[in-house]
Amino acid sequence: MLIIILKILIPFLIIFNMIPFLIWLERKGSAYIQDRHGPNRAAFFGIRLGGMLHSLADVLKLITKEDIIPLHVHKPFYLLAPFLALTVACVTYAVVPFAHPIEINGEPFTFQAADLNVGILYILAMASLGVYGVMLAGWSSNNKYSLLGGVRSSAQMLSYEIAMGLSLISVLMVGGSLELNNLVISQGATPWSWNFLTQPVAFFLFTTAAFAETNRNPFDLPEGESELVAGYHTEYSSMKFAMFFMAEYAHVIMASALIALLFFGGWQVPLMSTDFLREQAGLGLYILLLAHGILFMVAGIFLLTWFKKGKYGDLRDYEVLVWGIPLVLAGLGLSLYTLLHGSFDLTPLGSQIFAAVVQFMTFMAKILFFCWFFIWIRWTLPRFRYDQLMGLGWKVMLPLGLMNLAVTGIILLMR
Amino acid sequence: MSETIFFYIFAVISVGMVLLMIFQTNPIVSALYLVFGFFGVAGLYVLLSAPFVAVLQVLVYAGAIMVLFLFVLMLLNLRKEDLVYDRLNWRKIGVGGVAILFLGFLAHHFTRIQIQPFFDLPENFGTPEGVGRLLFTTYLIPFELVSILLLVAIIGAVVLGKRQ
Repeated sequence: MLIIILKILIPFLIIFNMIPFLIWLERKGSAYIQDRHGPNRAAFFGIRLGGMLHSLADVLKLITKEDIIPLHVHKPFYLLAPFLALTVACVTYAVVPFAHPIEINGEPFTFQAADLNVGILYILAMASLGVYGVMLAGWSSNNKYSLLGGVRSSAQMLSYEIAMGLSLISVLMVGGSLELNNLVISQGATPWSWNFLTQPVAFFLFTTAAFAETNRNPFDLPEGESELVAGYHTEYSSMKFAMFFMAEYAHVIMASALIALLFFGGWQVPLMSTDFLREQAGLGLYILLLAHGILFMVAGIFLLTWFKKGKYGDLRDYEVLVWGIPLVLAGLGLSLYTLLHGSFDLTPLGSQIFAAVVQFMTFMAKILFFCWFFIWIRWTLPRFRYDQLMGLGWKVMLPLGLMNLAVTGIILLMR
Repeated sequence: MSETIFFYIFAVISVGMVLLMIFQTNPIVSALYLVFGFFGVAGLYVLLSAPFVAVLQVLVYAGAIMVLFLFVLMLLNLRKEDLVYDRLNWRKIGVGGVAILFLGFLAHHFTRIQIQPFFDLPENFGTPEGVGRLLFTTYLIPFELVSILLLVAIIGAVVLGKRQ
């Protein structure tokens, strides 16, 4: 019972804690792409964490702000919409596998909350419900800009869901299963056997459709600031507004996780299969700890080189010392401990857990890369026009998806 | 035991939501209650060990068809005075009488159905693989006929929409 609760809670907490981090990444990333500095003012006794404290300040601001409910709205649905958007975005994580299943005392233990045999369909079903939050918000606000945003979003999501489904079918045909874990295992540990090379068209279609489904630029017409004020969330304020944003980032993380799972081998460590990781667990742990020690030291020394007395003339001068010195010390301690201890001798269970941890870290790295990819695209591409959006969805992606499906079927039959 | 509890929860959700749908004057609110009703039905499918059908129920009906319904309803710019209960007249009373008669007929027959005891389900029952195998072997011809029917419906919609 406790294990089930933990399995549900831990992915949920990981995702929720990634949201403020992604907001920081978006601000900093957009700043660097536009040749600015980005957020760097919010400080707590001189500690700024490179602008990450802005996310904390935002949370405080959004929670304590006055919550305005306009008089002309349809109140039940106006209140329901943000909750619906966030809930739907969060329940999808139930079927995401974070590592290769391990065996504890002969009993299999999976690193996902629910091992459904319809896994990927469950994700699609929940993703298709995401449109309700946006539509309800648009309609219940009783505002023409909001309504237009809601209508746009429903049309867009419906159109791109078809392309997404078609691109998925060909991936499922290659993988031969609907369970995400089996799909990941079938891709193998070598990067050239992953689906982004065996199914390049499907990868392109799925990524494009994922952008459309998350309502991110270049497909963020439901918000369209230049035409619709703020689209479907024009009438929302304080935490309800924030919930729409949290839902958007949760969708981004989910889409990144799906791209990593379906096309980039999920939790597979490049060139290292699960068996290899388990056999070499002792040596692997040794190398991993040593590498982290050295990495901490290098990062700490890099931070310390920034120290200059009287740069700002206040507490901010010492921020690099606050982070740099502990990092160097921790790195030194870790490296010395590892070097003195020598190679580790792990029990079978320990080596399984080691493999799972390494795979989990690899998977998170892949997710973070694709989150960055989403941000990167958002700040580089301009927004589509509405007719271009519909034309791309129905006249380019749908036929491409069908052709890809036919070609995949023929190749699978010939093999 | 827990299955019985869950059955009653989902049954109350499906029936209650559909009743709420009927007694609404605003079509958008009605459509949303229907969506909630679909979730109840999907839960019932899961209890009947048919997770595939349950997920398809949510994916197709709640996620696609009802979104289209709402899309059209939102564009229908309804005025407040349209949103009232219809007046009762003799025709409606007649229709209601027939409906109640039919309900009584159904109830009469349902109470006489012999309830089968539990039996072991075949392997693959309700899984995507099992459903797929059935569709493409035993029920291949009906399946293809339904596909053609849908294709005809799509072409018909396009023809109607293209009319100047």
